[in-house]
Amino acid sequence: MSEVNSALEHPLYNYKVVRQFAIMTVVWGIVGMFVGVWIAAQLAWPALNFDLPWTSFGRLRPLHTNAVIFAFGGCALMGTSLYIVQRTTQTRLLSDGLAAAVFWGWQLVIVLAAVTLPMGYTTTKEYAELEWPIDILIALVWVAYAVLFFGTLMKRKVSHIYVANWFFGAFIITVAVLHLVNSAELPPSLTMMKSYSVYAGTVDAMIQWWYGHNAVGFFLTAGFLGMMYYFVPKQAERPVYSYRLSIVHFWALIAIYIWAGPHHLHYTALPDWAQSLGMVMSLILLAPSWGGMINGIMTLSGAWEKLRHDPILRFLVVSLSFYGMSTFEGPMMSIKTVNALSHYTDWTIGHVHSGALGWVAMISIGAVYHLIPHLYGKNGMYSTPLVNLHFWMSTIGTVLYIASMWVNGIMQGLMWRAYNEDGTLTYTFVESVVASHPGYVVRVLGGAIFLGGMLLMAYNVYMTTRRGVEDSIPAPQTAAAAA
Amino acid sequence: MDINDLRGLSTVLLMMAFIGVVIWAYSRKQKQAFDEAANLPFADDNIDQRTTSEERPND
Repeated sequence: MSEVNSALEHPLYNYKVVRQFAIMTVVWGIVGMFVGVWIAAQLAWPALNFDLPWTSFGRLRPLHTNAVIFAFGGCALMGTSLYIVQRTTQTRLLSDGLAAAVFWGWQLVIVLAAVTLPMGYTTTKEYAELEWPIDILIALVWVAYAVLFFGTLMKRKVSHIYVANWFFGAFIITVAVLHLVNSAELPPSLTMMKSYSVYAGTVDAMIQWWYGHNAVGFFLTAGFLGMMYYFVPKQAERPVYSYRLSIVHFWALIAIYIWAGPHHLHYTALPDWAQSLGMVMSLILLAPSWGGMINGIMTLSGAWEKLRHDPILRFLVVSLSFYGMSTFEGPMMSIKTVNALSHYTDWTIGHVHSGALGWVAMISIGAVYHLIPHLYGKNGMYSTPLVNLHFWMSTIGTVLYIASMWVNGIMQGLMWRAYNEDGTLTYTFVESVVASHPGYVVRVLGGAIFLGGMLLMAYNVYMTTRRGVEDSIPAPQTAAAAA
Repeated sequence: MDINDLRGLSTVLLMMAFIGVVIWAYSRKQKQAFDEAANLPFADDNIDQRTTSEERPND
């Protein structure tokens, strides 16, 4: 524990917990995306559910969403936030023990989810399916994470709190509030793995989608914007385009996102004024979203040539392009007349994945590629050509996925609303399912290509972290890789 | 005075708060502090290098 003794004079960072989270990001990414490809294949070829309850679509789909959002995304967020908060405050984490507790606690949550969801234990609340004992564990781990993060901020050595930490802080606080309010539930008895929401009817639906949309806004957006505000400047070796814009971006984004949830409940029993409010707030949200995207991309102004030979920077910048695209698509889909066509179709799933694969996954992958050599004291990744190949597989996989879902979604929406002259429906529902089959096959292909890229990444990461392979690493192309 | 006056007032207050943030962020007084803040990602290389070099033997 020489680190602790010298900590007063010469503080060192806690990189161990960051390494653990970075490795598990890759592992859970592969697991979660594999389940995603599997259930995509089930929709194309239903026999792949093997006629078993544990492998049916209804149980594996929440496993996929929980694995990619909370396991893959969660590990990426926790790892990068604990790295960035140390480096931008020039302070070691508040406590090594607490850091270990957060890491192992979060892994326990993930394993419990992977066991209980296929067994059929579910609250049926989307993205909050885990039953009450796991919900309690999540709350405890989250509080420990919040104490670790904010405790480190409080003992910082610099006066200013860098903007990335503001985004991570908003993510941590808001997710805590969302989880506590939406997961308010009562089990019939303490020995039962079953609970019922304390809310009823439309109120339950509104709270669920206040939670659901802000899980997107704060878990899948604010935290990853924190990542963007650190790793894009770092990889591009220049400060962010406009620090002033980043402050306006932060306050505008967090103030507006929280109101957009009702757009998930258009044309339902939710009062009409609430639906319209959700729509208007979603439209306004375009402004801060694009403000942040422009701020990230313009950080490269005057250094565009770096994109030509740095595939890690390409991951980061293309993720921002997908972010811009999906944050334009989202407000458009929240318009009630557009939503009348898109709601309940595959267009929604395509939209989610343009954000999830294009933005969240690609910026995380870029961040992990930036971190791994650094954390293991290497000059760069084992193979830069493999990083480049991974970049193209991710991009092509994402484009195949979202394009096939656009086609499917618009086709389904048009078929469902087609009427004959006598007022009867032109198509039966099953006719729209049959027509969707080619799109489902293309989606499996796109998802499989994206997953293949993750397997390349696992190999590349493993080879980089091995001892005694320094010699095989070519000289760094940029000074950032050596820094 | 009824609840709707309060609703209207809250919109006005939020608008003023937003304009206030913009004016504060873009005021000339803050420029130097923000320039320093924007360079924080590049200010800690010595601690980082010490961490990686001291950790390496028992990695």
